[in-house]
Amino acid sequence: MPDGALPVLDVKDLKTVFKTRSGEVHAVNSVSFDVKPGELLGVVGESGSGKSVTMMSLIGLLPSPPADVKQGEVLFDGQDLLKINARDLRHVRGGKIGFVFQDPMTSLNPVFNVGYQLMEPLRLHMGMTKAQARIRAKELLELVGIPDAERRLKDFPHQFSGGMRQRVMIAIALACDPQVLIADEPTTALDVTIQAQIIELIKELREKLGMAIIWITHDLGVIAGIADRVMVMYGGQVVEQAPVRELFTNPQHPYTRALLQTIPSVRGARAEKLNVIEGQPPILGAAPAACPFRDRCAYRFDRCDRENPLRRDVSPHHDAACHYDFTKGGAHGV
Amino acid sequence: MFTFTLRRLILTIPTLLFISFVIFMIVKLSPSDPTGNLPLTIPPEVREQIREALGANDSLLVQYGRWLEQFFWIEPRVYLSNTFGWDLGTEGEIRLLSYQTRSPVMDLIMQRMPQTLSVVGVAYLVGIAIALPIGVISAYKQYSVFDQIGTFVSMVGFSVPPFFSGVVVIVLFSVLIPSDSFWWLPSVYDTTHEVTDWESFKYQFRQMIMPVMVLALQITAQISRFTRASMLDNLNQDYVRTARAKGVRERSVVLLHVLRNSMIPVVTVIALGIPSIFGGAIITEQVFKVNGLGQLLIIAIQGGDVPTVQTLTFIFAILIVLFNLIADILYGILDPRIRYD
Repeated sequence: MPDGALPVLDVKDLKTVFKTRSGEVHAVNSVSFDVKPGELLGVVGESGSGKSVTMMSLIGLLPSPPADVKQGEVLFDGQDLLKINARDLRHVRGGKIGFVFQDPMTSLNPVFNVGYQLMEPLRLHMGMTKAQARIRAKELLELVGIPDAERRLKDFPHQFSGGMRQRVMIAIALACDPQVLIADEPTTALDVTIQAQIIELIKELREKLGMAIIWITHDLGVIAGIADRVMVMYGGQVVEQAPVRELFTNPQHPYTRALLQTIPSVRGARAEKLNVIEGQPPILGAAPAACPFRDRCAYRFDRCDRENPLRRDVSPHHDAACHYDFTKGGAHGV
Repeated sequence: MFTFTLRRLILTIPTLLFISFVIFMIVKLSPSDPTGNLPLTIPPEVREQIREALGANDSLLVQYGRWLEQFFWIEPRVYLSNTFGWDLGTEGEIRLLSYQTRSPVMDLIMQRMPQTLSVVGVAYLVGIAIALPIGVISAYKQYSVFDQIGTFVSMVGFSVPPFFSGVVVIVLFSVLIPSDSFWWLPSVYDTTHEVTDWESFKYQFRQMIMPVMVLALQITAQISRFTRASMLDNLNQDYVRTARAKGVRERSVVLLHVLRNSMIPVVTVIALGIPSIFGGAIITEQVFKVNGLGQLLIIAIQGGDVPTVQTLTFIFAILIVLFNLIADILYGILDPRIRYD
């Protein structure tokens, strides 16, 4: 992992609110993180923790209304993506930042052939002619491991299998040599063998092309295998952030600890029951004034109800947002 | 696709034969006398001879067979020789005659066709041209003021029958507005009017406005609601998000990615609606005195004109079967996921 390099993407204090009929939902609350060039940042958290919404807020992919990115800064390539005009943002989107979505079965337009969909960003952002784009599109399909690329450009999405479609999606995201690839649960909808293939593919492409990757998932097993650094999200905020090894060996947030305990182990005695985290993640009607995890937390004490913990450094590259200090076995600052 | 089309075309033959039999028999069952329209001074013996000459005394099956022969064999050849001046040996063959007018049914239909096609056809085109943008914008700006107005207009179009809306526009534009005003419109469609110069074209245009307006309202209502629903189905699809994530212009996202998908069912509905153009808008044609096919059917029914009713109904049936097939084929062309072979 490159250390000390300037981040390619730097997000500061991002806040996204959804306006619904029954009031506001605070989906992203003051999220800050950065990604260094060539780094693979894993983002984990259960459904509704704000992982996808955070990433979609960055590049203006959320429909507005109902979504409203209230505050924050997204520094990319020397500009704030939240402030630049729609046209420039469009060129970043699909150009310098690629996006791979969860469900490859529905993420491709069924009535256009794969070649067209692959050539679209090339012609939009790289100013290629049709002929140039076709050559590049063929290269891209070969890059993501689709055999007989030339002929398959003319095929429609329904003529591809799920794994192949996800490869096409990856090819589209990589079309314009992005600096950052955001992969939103790219393997969740695939079966396990295909999942492994796609993970291998992305690992390989990352080595070849050197872009930074943000990998959103709720599968800690996947994260352990590929990420350099992991960010754990809960209730629309970052609760812990650490290099992958550190996070797995020395988790400093009760939610991270609980998450790690839910992974069933194949070693040792057979577990009678799978570990679960009791309760449901909160739907926040207002910016949280207390710790969002307190209702499900085993370490809860009075301060958790009064004050939303800020992220504090545990070690130089590791921070967690909790009032409880696990190294000391008591509250922070007491 | 070709074999599919061929197979379907062949399959339409028994379908149409069955339909023709049912139509023929049902209309024949009605208690109508071919001489019923003739003056009462004609003595019964003469009437009997007329019936005999028209073949009305033969068995039903024989009559059915003759009708089929006239419809599928004699009339097309007569049409071809009249149009292209070929000699197909149709001289002296017995054509299908209307009980009412004693002239060949096909000639009646050919006379009426242009009026219906111009009025109802134009209304259909106008309706589609208005409906598609309304549907697209309504869906894109769901629940906006535009969408609410569009919904309201559609509800009006759906619920107000043309015999009411027709009379309303006549009262508005022909009665309340003085006849020397620019906004005055003729309430009776003059079929004998011929377009020869700019002035006569203007008059033709003016006399078409009201019937087209009344019909287009209905067509717009249906197709715009359908387009809107279809667009809404597609706007939230994942591929739309993908298109946006690729940095595609919002206009292209909607008009290319979403519309292309949304049009699949809409085009089918439009194709299925085309036979109704030929069927004429029976009520609207009556209100504005357009003597088109719809009006011909009404008169034929009222006059007990069995051959005309049978033939018109059967032509409508053929068109419906044909456009069903066309809709199916269009579906296959527009949606790459559907392959018939």
